[in-house]
Amino acid sequence: MEEVTQIATQVTELAYALDTFYFLVCGALVMWMAAGFTMLESGLVRAKNTAEILTKNVGLYSIACIMYMLCGYSIMYPGAYEGGVFASLSTLGSGLLGSADNDVATVVAGDAYYSNLSDFFFQVVFVATAMSIVSGAVAERMKLWSFFLFSVILTGFIYPVQGFWKWGAGWLDAAGFLDFAGSGVVHMCGAAAALAGVLLLGARKGKYGTQGQINAIPGCNLPLAALGTLILWLGWFGFNGGSELKVSDVGEANAVALVFVNTNMAAAGGLVFALLLSRLWFGKADLTMALNGALAGLVAITAEPLTPTPLAATMIGAAGGLLVVFSIVMLDKLKIDDPVGAISVHGTVGIWGLLAVCFTNPDASLIAQLKGIVSIFAWVFGTSFVVWFAIKKTLGIRVSEEEEYEGVDISECGLEAYPEFTTAD
Amino acid sequence: MKLITAIIKPFKLDDVRQAVADIGIQGITVTEVKGFGRQRGHTELYRGAEYVVDFLPKAKIELAVDDDIAEQVIEAIANTARTGKIGDGKIFVTDLEQAIRIRTGETGAAAV
Repeated sequence: MEEVTQIATQVTELAYALDTFYFLVCGALVMWMAAGFTMLESGLVRAKNTAEILTKNVGLYSIACIMYMLCGYSIMYPGAYEGGVFASLSTLGSGLLGSADNDVATVVAGDAYYSNLSDFFFQVVFVATAMSIVSGAVAERMKLWSFFLFSVILTGFIYPVQGFWKWGAGWLDAAGFLDFAGSGVVHMCGAAAALAGVLLLGARKGKYGTQGQINAIPGCNLPLAALGTLILWLGWFGFNGGSELKVSDVGEANAVALVFVNTNMAAAGGLVFALLLSRLWFGKADLTMALNGALAGLVAITAEPLTPTPLAATMIGAAGGLLVVFSIVMLDKLKIDDPVGAISVHGTVGIWGLLAVCFTNPDASLIAQLKGIVSIFAWVFGTSFVVWFAIKKTLGIRVSEEEEYEGVDISECGLEAYPEFTTAD
Repeated sequence: MKLITAIIKPFKLDDVRQAVADIGIQGITVTEVKGFGRQRGHTELYRGAEYVVDFLPKAKIELAVDDDIAEQVIEAIANTARTGKIGDGKIFVTDLEQAIRIRTGETGAAAV
């Protein structure tokens, strides 16, 4: 009898190890999305602004990690751990987050099925994803250090507060708002912050003509943009797949497999339909729209990758792919200049994803989804607007016209991404 | 001697090189250039927004030839580079005062 108990304990411990391992690997995949955003954005800006967008991306990732450790995590998940900023500072060295990880007794009792630190790791890469969305929208004209200052506030405060509303078992969760992996909490959040920034920042010089014409500013490196999109596509398996939180029994393993399949199908649907629409509308197969279409499909399925069938997931993604093309053209008409289409991909389609939950998940309610959309958008947009405005009035958020013409690589970083190439502008 | 300068569509460059080689021309100089003629530029769409390509890529070839072969070369270039569509390019012919082969110091017709 004692032997049976011992084996049962070992199986539970193994399941704990497996779920923790799964969580960490998914977190690492999501971390790699930072590479995806970095490559996508560096491909869609002009060559003269490449080094600066790379700096922004590696910088914001690191800032997000530090801020989330210092205070973001404890704001988002209060009560889960003792500590927060002061506790973690005072106990530095004895425990990163100010509390010990689970012991065997807790695990065997069934109170925990993965390591607390693996949860922190998985969450920290999500906040970095939200912040990555902002950098693309404000590219080619924003001051580097003003952007970093905003990163500190978004990742340390703005994101965690609305994250708590949903994932920290806050009021939105209680209201029945459903957001599996973060179409709203992560993607729309990033897009709302980006929109506030872009409105205060203004368009790139030369983007809109004096007679109201919209000028194209082609990106400098489409191979990098395509690579970035595919990296994001890969990372998304961690993003959605990891959000199932558990893999160690038959039911959970099947669920994870379905999430992977649906995530993949939605991206494929988004890409194909964005490509078709751009061919029909513009006469040419616009690669950048196709890439945005794949990402739109991924954002659309993120709110609910578990309840749709693969065919339904493809259609949800396809609708995202169509929507993103309309949204990009529409924002351009409104003179909201977003060089990489981040606001459309993550904002417009994020909203679509949250609404689409109602089609496949019988537990969803349209009212609750709308509540979530409005409150998250209002919170993030409002606070971001105030912060951007304060930075604008103090440090300034935009480089000078001359610096913008010369390229922010030189004015902000003092180096060029491609010093041995000559470029047209 | 004549200096023949031809602006042609880049995709016709190989054919033109072959055509002039076939009539005995032993050297040409090629430059990638941009410009516009009556074809003007054209507009493209990027992410739904128009942009104008003012200068189209062309190939410029230069050949120094003896007077008695000039007509034949000009004809070969024109016939080979012609597609019949706007943008086929132009051929300019100028008198060439002198030519010198640097290695040997030969001048005039012997140098081209």
